[in-house]
Amino acid sequence: MTATQKRIIINKIALGFSTLSAIIALGFLFWILSVLVMKGIDALNWNIFIFEGSPPGYEDSGLKHALVGQVILIGLATMIGVPLGIMAGTYLSEYGKSSKLAHTIRDISDIMMSAPSIVVGAFVYAVVVMPMGHFSAWAGAIALAIIMIPIILRTTDDMLQLVPHTLREAAFALGAPKYKVIMDVVYRGAKAGILTGVLLGIARVGGETAPLLFTSFNDNFFTTDLNEAMPSLTVTMFNYAISPYEDWQQLGWAAAFILSMFILGLNIFGRLILHFGKRK
Amino acid sequence: MIDKIFLNMTRTSALLILFIVAWIFVVLFNQSTEAMQTFGLDFITKDEWAPNVDKFGAYAAIFGSVASTFLAMLLSIPVAIGVAIFLSEIAHDKIKGFFGVSIELLAAIPSVIYGMWGLFFFVPILRDLFGGMGISLLAAGIVLAIMILPFMAAVTRDAMNTTPDILKESAYALGGTQWDVIKDVIIPYAKAGIIGSLILALGRAIGETMAVTFVMGNVHHTPSSIMDPTTSIPVTLANEFTEADSSLYFSSLFGLALTLLIMSFVVIAIAKFYFLRKVRKGQ
Repeated sequence: MTATQKRIIINKIALGFSTLSAIIALGFLFWILSVLVMKGIDALNWNIFIFEGSPPGYEDSGLKHALVGQVILIGLATMIGVPLGIMAGTYLSEYGKSSKLAHTIRDISDIMMSAPSIVVGAFVYAVVVMPMGHFSAWAGAIALAIIMIPIILRTTDDMLQLVPHTLREAAFALGAPKYKVIMDVVYRGAKAGILTGVLLGIARVGGETAPLLFTSFNDNFFTTDLNEAMPSLTVTMFNYAISPYEDWQQLGWAAAFILSMFILGLNIFGRLILHFGKRK
Repeated sequence: MIDKIFLNMTRTSALLILFIVAWIFVVLFNQSTEAMQTFGLDFITKDEWAPNVDKFGAYAAIFGSVASTFLAMLLSIPVAIGVAIFLSEIAHDKIKGFFGVSIELLAAIPSVIYGMWGLFFFVPILRDLFGGMGISLLAAGIVLAIMILPFMAAVTRDAMNTTPDILKESAYALGGTQWDVIKDVIIPYAKAGIIGSLILALGRAIGETMAVTFVMGNVHHTPSSIMDPTTSIPVTLANEFTEADSSLYFSSLFGLALTLLIMSFVVIAIAKFYFLRKVRKGQ
């Protein structure tokens, strides 16, 4: 066998292994997705949206409490996290630029993006739940906001830097003060990018369970009181799945399906906005 | 005037990040002092975790975190590199786009769902194959491996894609096969980026809670085989935080949280500052 033949055979083997690993990986992921879709659709029905939680064994049990709680928690977290994230990103891109401070903030925020979310939960427990004396929706929302800020900061920073400098200079030449240039020119130019960042940020915290376990805790009943423990889809899913009752486990799969569709939808929507925004 | 206010508002928000991170460390440190003073180094070297007699040693949890992450990396690194090679070099352009996006979307699926799948579908298989409970260190390692695979494959592919086409084309022009180009051009060129991405995935895996909570068992016992149930830092926190009834118990849990935060901070910082910074400079 010549050296060339040998190399060709090795090439085939190596590429075969690589393709095989892609097939194995996709196989596992497809398995999980199909389980999620089949179990989820199986468990879906209108009662889920009408009824709140009930003890195992009851016919009329649903997820209304968790759905509403999830929306409230994510809404609150978005209200806290998005303005802070966008403003911090604005500072880095427009004022801090490549100063030492700006770089330090970027680095720390990048690390925070991958830091364990359960630790954020423990932190919020110590600074919000302990002084208040009880679990609350506020605590859960604050924990989610802390996780969200670094993501939004990063995308805002990146997207604002993509806005051409000539646009800013043109506005300055017309005598506009800096804040007006940022608000009317830079933000407008980076609109699609910032929106994508916000959507991806929401999608990321939407699936978080760990930081909610001991901040907003959980509740099997419908509540809108922000000072009380608040149910969420993720924690409800967790509690139902580890329970020994089959009907609760069913509801858990339904919750998993609804949440995944929501998060996938946000991700796809965010990508589309960025895609079409770029094309213009 | 408004200019000043705007500047100050944005600067305060930016500084808030630094403040929050520092605050997290301070709070966790303060909360865990009681445990550290009571147990000293025993806290991380002893594995007796007995709330009923107020004895807390975190060795089993730390060992479980490290072991499950190690197992997960061992299983997922070869597959992730294979997938990355497939996505960046082998697949046809049309497939590439489709698979690339699917992998990225899979990385967005909440980790709690991987945990549920593990508990209901994978643990029974392990139980049938190996006997025992199925809930074990091995189950945690495998579920964790599957969970980080999409993220790992996506970032590794991005690192490989930074190789300039002209380098690859030169190698092909010399008569290299695809594999020759991959192993002698792409991997050496993107080495720092690939290692950085893998370590970043490791940082994520070590702090992952929900994917492993279901399948690990929360037993405070250093496992003698990978088929034994055990625990990890996040698993212990998730299971016991709301049950802690003494201040020493609480303090020990905060000690665990601090240990985890430091471990993941170090890992992520190594990935970001050592390996990935090199990549940025190289470009």
